[in-house]
Amino acid sequence: MSLLEVRDLTTAFQTERGEITAVEEVNFDLNEGEILGIVGESGSGKSVTALTIMGLLPQPPARVAAGSVRFGGTELIGMSAPRLERIRGSGISMVFQEPMTSLNPVFTIGEQIMETVRAHERVSQRAQRDRAIEMLTKVGIPSPELRMSDYPHQISGGQRQRVMLAIALACRPKLLIADEPTTALDVTIQAQVLDLMMDLRDEFGTAIMIITHNMGVIAETADRVMVMYAGRVVEHAPVNTLFEQPGHPYTRGLLQCVPTLEQDTSRLSAIPGSLPEPGRRPSGCRFAPRCRWRIEACRAALPPLLEQAPGHATACIRIAEVAKTPFSIP
Amino acid sequence: MSATVPLLRPAPLLKLQGLTKHFPIRTGGIFRRVTTPLRAVDGIDLTIQAGETLGLVGESGCGKSTLGRMIIRLIEPTEGRIIFNGVDITRLDMKAMREHRRGMQIVFQDPFGALNPRMTVEDIIMEPLLIHGARADAAARQRVSDMLGLVGLPQRARTRFPHEFSGGQRQRVGIARALVLNPSLLVCDEPVSALDVSVQAQIVNLLQDLQRDLGLTYLFIAHDLSVVKHISDRVAVMYLGRIAEIADKRAIYANPQHPYTQALIAAVPVLNPRQRSRGRRVRIAGDIPSALNPPPGCRFHTRCPYVMPVCRSVEPPLDPTATGHLVACHLMDPRHAGEDATIRYQAAARARKT
Repeated sequence: MSLLEVRDLTTAFQTERGEITAVEEVNFDLNEGEILGIVGESGSGKSVTALTIMGLLPQPPARVAAGSVRFGGTELIGMSAPRLERIRGSGISMVFQEPMTSLNPVFTIGEQIMETVRAHERVSQRAQRDRAIEMLTKVGIPSPELRMSDYPHQISGGQRQRVMLAIALACRPKLLIADEPTTALDVTIQAQVLDLMMDLRDEFGTAIMIITHNMGVIAETADRVMVMYAGRVVEHAPVNTLFEQPGHPYTRGLLQCVPTLEQDTSRLSAIPGSLPEPGRRPSGCRFAPRCRWRIEACRAALPPLLEQAPGHATACIRIAEVAKTPFSIP
Repeated sequence: MSATVPLLRPAPLLKLQGLTKHFPIRTGGIFRRVTTPLRAVDGIDLTIQAGETLGLVGESGCGKSTLGRMIIRLIEPTEGRIIFNGVDITRLDMKAMREHRRGMQIVFQDPFGALNPRMTVEDIIMEPLLIHGARADAAARQRVSDMLGLVGLPQRARTRFPHEFSGGQRQRVGIARALVLNPSLLVCDEPVSALDVSVQAQIVNLLQDLQRDLGLTYLFIAHDLSVVKHISDRVAVMYLGRIAEIADKRAIYANPQHPYTQALIAAVPVLNPRQRSRGRRVRIAGDIPSALNPPPGCRFHTRCPYVMPVCRSVEPPLDPTATGHLVACHLMDPRHAGEDATIRYQAAARARKT
């Protein structure tokens, strides 16, 4: 049994224009100590997937239309709010892109870490404080005893994201969901925070779901990767496979359209067109209008996510033809 | 408007001398009357040749956007000079400035915030023409038409409003508006960083095509080193209001000299999971200090792995090195050769090359 088992997860939102499906038929497992990368652009459904697992979407307008999320064997979909509350923090916790809006501005950093510990464990005030200082030390905050009494605005953005990690990991959760954890950070600070997340995984065996639009962040951290486009998983593969033999034309496009420091090409290979809006998704394969491999049949039906090699699945009916074309990152 | 394409010539299109911007910030005292200068930009010397792209990179708060806005005088400099096309425009009044502003335009990061939501695309693109004395006549409409074609938008876009477009298309409208007056210099301030990855390449390619076809000169400001490397001829690296290093783009990425440039490049994720940087590449510790109270001496010394005593008190000048870079670092100064820090620095440089 895996730590997290997500089956056919489908989440819809009620809007003025009727019900819109944000995420459709998402399936994956996550094991202890494993890092799963979920990569996608705006409207891909990557964040909604995470928020559904956490039970953090307001219902209504959101609705889990189908599917199951089992954490340690226990079904989370439909679980009562108080029970979910106990799992959040001690079993699963989450860090978000913007640490300033996730921290409470009127409480000190120390109080916020201690509050998390207090909510999930019956321990003395002294033990809460010791745990908070220990966590601040673990996430690399210098002079943690002094920083305990700082307010969020008194520390930098990179330090705030470290504090968020300290709060998220204070109760030793088995699963950490990190939604664009480094997107708001500068590149030198991003490198520090990614290193830190991997160190914490190594030390505590925490499973991590890292959600990002940045293929570089995926390459630096993930063991396995799920690529999402317009609400659906289009490819699922071990990280080396994804970067060396990507199956889906969208994955290939994403890997080839960004310039790298190593390359020296005069022109980028852009993906034409733009992302479909959630209410105006094309029929058939959602990527077909932007795909240079498309044929008539692509427009007719949604391509199923099929395993082409053990652990490597792609949702593309042209996979045999695409795979014949050699691939390399410029 | 002259139709001649500016060619590379000895006189630069843009020359900055000691350009400085200090924002007064109320920091204390009764009634908060005590102000401290926030040294956003602190004595920048820079030249841009006609037809080239100068990339300007740095992390948040380094002053790169303030510098870009000062050049087109959206922000008034505290000190220094801006010489555009041989004319000192630093202190020109609004009227005199208008003539020169035709020649320099800006493209902003956020195509959502930069376009008036109540104006049609035609009105948005035509507005600069009207401000500069043209009439909304057939010729102006033809000009809008030409601009739409130039940036790859369909003619039917002219009657639409910004919210009807995707981020990439909105940025095309922003570029069309910037180009309608036929400028020679375009300041591009993070023009692709708000866009989805799959759309960024389209805009980068468009900017390159426009430069080739119209002979434009770009100051390309971005925090993304990979994009800057791709589009630039030369790259300037900024840190806390100062320039740390300037060099040809290939040289600066293949052989970075300033320890900050080296750290920036080392921090960029590699698109290869078999070459993860954790544990293999040098990380710089700590955060960027506040521009309200920048460190004395070299501003990078608080994070530099090769800091020497001199770095804490003397600000290093931006001087040419033997490799043709301009570098502001005491490690380049032969007077410090043989010190422990310079020995470690040179050893690290040799290790990187193998």
